[in-house]
Amino acid sequence: MASSITSDIVHGNPPPPTRNFGGGDGEPGGRGAHRRASMTGLLVLLAASVMLFAAFTSAFFVRRGMSNDWVDTPIPNILWVNTAVLLASSLAIELARRALRSGKRVWFNRYWTAATILGVAFLCGQYLAWRQLNAAGFYLATNPSSSFFFLLTCAHAVHLLGGMSALGYIEVEALMLRLGPGKRTAIDVSAYFWHFLDAIWIYLMALFFFWG
Amino acid sequence: MSSPVMHSAHHAPTGFIRRYIFSLDHKVIGIQYYFLAVFSVFLGMALSVLMRFHMVYPDAKVSFFEKLWPTGAPGGIMTPELYLSLMTMHGTIMVFFVLTTAPQSGFGNYFLPIQIGAEDMAFPVLNMLSFWTTFLALIVMVAAFFVPGGPPLAGWTAYPPLSAVGPLSGPGEGLGQTFWIISIAIFCGASLMGAINFIATTIDLRARGLSMMRMPLTCWSWFVTAILGLLGFAVLLAAGVLLLLDRLAGTSFFLPAGLMVNDQILNHKGGSPLLWQHLFWFFGHPEVYIAILPGMGVASQLLATFSRKPIFGYRAMVYAILGIGFLGFFVWGHHMFMSGMNPYSAFAFSILTMSIGVPSAIKTFNWIGTLWGGRIQFTTAMLFALGFVSLFVTGGISGIFLGQPALDLYFHDTYFVVGHFHMIMGVAAIFGMFAGTFYWFPKVTGRFMNETLGKIHFYLTFIGVYCIFTPMHFLGISGNPRRYADFTNFDFMGKLMPIHTFMTHAAIGTMVVQFIFLFNLFWSIKKGKPAPINPWNATTLEWTIPSPPPFDNFAGKHPVVNHGPYEYSVPGAPKDYIMQSDPA
Repeated sequence: MASSITSDIVHGNPPPPTRNFGGGDGEPGGRGAHRRASMTGLLVLLAASVMLFAAFTSAFFVRRGMSNDWVDTPIPNILWVNTAVLLASSLAIELARRALRSGKRVWFNRYWTAATILGVAFLCGQYLAWRQLNAAGFYLATNPSSSFFFLLTCAHAVHLLGGMSALGYIEVEALMLRLGPGKRTAIDVSAYFWHFLDAIWIYLMALFFFWG
Repeated sequence: MSSPVMHSAHHAPTGFIRRYIFSLDHKVIGIQYYFLAVFSVFLGMALSVLMRFHMVYPDAKVSFFEKLWPTGAPGGIMTPELYLSLMTMHGTIMVFFVLTTAPQSGFGNYFLPIQIGAEDMAFPVLNMLSFWTTFLALIVMVAAFFVPGGPPLAGWTAYPPLSAVGPLSGPGEGLGQTFWIISIAIFCGASLMGAINFIATTIDLRARGLSMMRMPLTCWSWFVTAILGLLGFAVLLAAGVLLLLDRLAGTSFFLPAGLMVNDQILNHKGGSPLLWQHLFWFFGHPEVYIAILPGMGVASQLLATFSRKPIFGYRAMVYAILGIGFLGFFVWGHHMFMSGMNPYSAFAFSILTMSIGVPSAIKTFNWIGTLWGGRIQFTTAMLFALGFVSLFVTGGISGIFLGQPALDLYFHDTYFVVGHFHMIMGVAAIFGMFAGTFYWFPKVTGRFMNETLGKIHFYLTFIGVYCIFTPMHFLGISGNPRRYADFTNFDFMGKLMPIHTFMTHAAIGTMVVQFIFLFNLFWSIKKGKPAPINPWNATTLEWTIPSPPPFDNFAGKHPVVNHGPYEYSVPGAPKDYIMQSDPA
């Protein structure tokens, strides 16, 4: 994840030639500085999200280890479909970025729209999963396992809403033909954040699958 | 946009609202944060004086209390519950809305971009959102005073079960405690936004030639503080969400089975109050450094400037800041020695806690080394910086006692702890703010603050805080418990009451003295002596631009840095200081 961002900064969009980590990098007002700052800001945001989920995870294991009231929550089958949908959404975003890099604006719009729709589909799928669990008698306060299940999936969904608004913004800008070179940073930041949410989701699935 | 020189992050706004209310300018936002903290610090101080008053005169009938809190003070006599509420709100408002807000978000917002030669923070809109979110958090917190049942009484650490079981456990534990948690969660969001801005700005917007190792120590301290805030507040947010769910949604993260409160057995099961303590103190201990590190940066800056000497051991100072920040994440357990901890864990936490003494001592010795042989100018700003060092040493040494499990067994929950953390986290950090205010006031307003009033304020405050907090250590050694509303009913406390009376009078006196500062602050904005661009003959970039600085700081130019931040009294130089932007 981190290395892909770094390599993108280095190869995809060349930074000003004065870039070196030992010194100030000149041109604080230029677009290069703004792009680098956006990437740093994104990494910092991801670090905060990682800390949030790390805190939830540590609470998860402490709570799981200390009581005898933990009843594993069954993973609704639809979650596997949702996982595939989210991965497909990420793939579509990557294809969109490639299309943009080779100048194929039409294909960018198509792939980006697909990614946005798949994102909405994932959220709908999550809602269905919650309803299925409710139908099976699992609610937020039923037992610690279900508490963590709803908590973590909701926390992820809230992150995803943030990602969706970024995707939606780019979508609107693209359809209004306002996607100038200045928007490249916004596109990349949104895409990386979206991939990060993928990674978090896979992590959560592993957590639920192995430790209930 | 045609050339990088003409490019501006955003244009100067013309309307009043865009300029002063929802401003994107880091300088205005810094001032907004500063005054939010000034409001909060006077509110928090008033609460503390009410508490001290009640401790010494528990039976006093004050009709004013009854008007403010009809249920909390029936007949004008404060109830113990109201006392705990005041304590909770005092701690919360001071820690979050003063110690976290002014040194980092206030001064840092104003001076970080200028000191690194940038036009603004990296994300101005995020910066504005960060301030207004903090403001919202303060509104919600203050609103807790006015909800049914009044403000919460679980302390600023909000330990469950008390904080989690709802109105059953006390009048303020209903809506008041819920408001408290929501306010803190909002505050976490604001701090995370601020941290993103500070880190990205420091890493990516430095002027040409300003390597990390040429940054002023103030910038270093804001940078490391932002990292601490980033990692700490995310965890506090997680803990707050869990606590809120326990309160409102019936989950059992922190509430154990069979808990009996007010003769009722609660329907929770299996949770652990200790889990909250771990999560809370994982944030809570770094929070101490969030409060004190910016003060250290300001002290370093001022001691060098007013001794006319380079800071002693610049690199060691940087590594000490990093060391303190890093170690700060591995010592949270020392707040929990008495909570039931494996002795081996306690031992490890104790050793790690002691090891923070090493970077702290490096800083202290370097400050003394900076002063040694210097031509010291005793301005008010310098006096407050020296006061900071004094309080930091006093408060730090008592930390060595508390960091040892065997001694903590005795000192835990006594006034020794109260004395310790007020000295180091409270008063030292506030002295850092006073120092910064007097030092940078000429840059922000173009006028000096009054030095005579400043010195009167300094000496009275310095003596006052030592009179308030030194006796607390003796009280603690004598076994005086903390968090009690009233000591007059305990025989063994009888002989200690005169000390309490003395402390209360000292607190009231010190509070009165603070109005000298408030008067000086507002009077000097309009009537202070006009100040030149670089009144202290200092070296960093903010002293190269007009006072007050123009909207984009450097008027469209990009400064180039050729020197380190503290080149004072360089042999052979024409002046006794070389500015960072002077030709190489």
